[in-house]
Amino acid sequence: MDSTYSMEERFQLRIDKEEKIEARDWMPDAYRKTLIRQVSQHAHSEIVGMLPESNWITRAPSIKRKLALLAKVQDEGGHGLYLYSATETLGINRDELIEQLHTGKAKYSSIFNYPTLSWADIGAIGWLVDGAAIMNQVALCRTSYGPYARAMVRICKEESFHQRQGYDILLTMCKGSEAQKEMVQDAVNRWWWPSLMMFGPNDDASPNSAQSLKWKIKRLSNDELRQRFVDATVPQAEILGISLPDPLLKYNEKRGQYDFGPIDWDEFFQVVAGNGPCNKERLAARVKAHEEGAWVREASVAYAEKQKNRLLSDVAVA
Amino acid sequence: MNDWPLYEIFIRSKNGLNHKHVGSLHAADAHMAIQNARDVYTRRNEGISIWVVEAKNITASNPDESEALFDPAEDKIYRHPTFYKLPDALKHM
Repeated sequence: MDSTYSMEERFQLRIDKEEKIEARDWMPDAYRKTLIRQVSQHAHSEIVGMLPESNWITRAPSIKRKLALLAKVQDEGGHGLYLYSATETLGINRDELIEQLHTGKAKYSSIFNYPTLSWADIGAIGWLVDGAAIMNQVALCRTSYGPYARAMVRICKEESFHQRQGYDILLTMCKGSEAQKEMVQDAVNRWWWPSLMMFGPNDDASPNSAQSLKWKIKRLSNDELRQRFVDATVPQAEILGISLPDPLLKYNEKRGQYDFGPIDWDEFFQVVAGNGPCNKERLAARVKAHEEGAWVREASVAYAEKQKNRLLSDVAVA
Repeated sequence: MNDWPLYEIFIRSKNGLNHKHVGSLHAADAHMAIQNARDVYTRRNEGISIWVVEAKNITASNPDESEALFDPAEDKIYRHPTFYKLPDALKHM
């Protein structure tokens, strides 16, 4: 490549050619910073996302449901680990990342600041929250940063089980008693709008989106992804036989897509700012788990040290 | 966590195939890295064998030297069978 191009221009040319950027390649500082923010936020969301569901593991209605929920929560722990590792390739270490989460410097998806009030909420989370996450994550499998893209491919493979187990819970309850169906409707009424908010602010109010799209960190805009999610989800609600809590939701023949009502962004920004129903509880639970697990980390190091010394003394004797 | 080194994880998905890099994780030692890799990377029959290597023990080529290292192979077309013209009469080789 000749020297008439600056480093930034050469980088953009690689992106335009759909080349993946790998950990040790040159990249603009802003690209690195944007990725650290986005991928770590994604990792934190997986880890905090275990909390609303863990509430229901011991209350699952059958052993089959309990096993599936345990497997799903374990997957989320794994997804958090894939993503933390991907973030670390950008030159930040795990302790810094955890610190940023625990001090509130880093955000996680606001959806996890809502409470899980009934078993139907577990179904609604799998169907809507994981459904929205999948919509976003499938697009991210083509993100320009190699380690992030590879983590997303792995995550997407595992995630579709999450959505199906959620939908299966709701399907079963909808075939049950009137009271069970009401529980489903109540849960869906509460989770619908926060799920739409998961895609982030509208495109005209999302200042960093254009650059992220240019760098192909994001492959589709917030509004494009949200529309896809609505279009995929409405027919699924019809099969359940429940309604979605939006009087303006209507199929638009001309567009071939669903129109839907305006999102309450005040609520969204309130929850992001820390004033959601469960923000304090979630973060407190996370910090408590980390602090109370400190002895396990220390013991593991002590044990590893002891094993190493034992090996060395065995060698000395031999 | 600062005390836990980073391990790169390689998984053989089935006999007959190479171990392939799948990602990394932190562990107190190599033995624990294998246990963690089993939980993190093989929950759905993705592997039958795991290698773990402490990341600091890997020496990698420098991306800035990629041209010097890999471009020389580009103009050596005579290393590929398609470089050699065969008579039409010859059906298989």
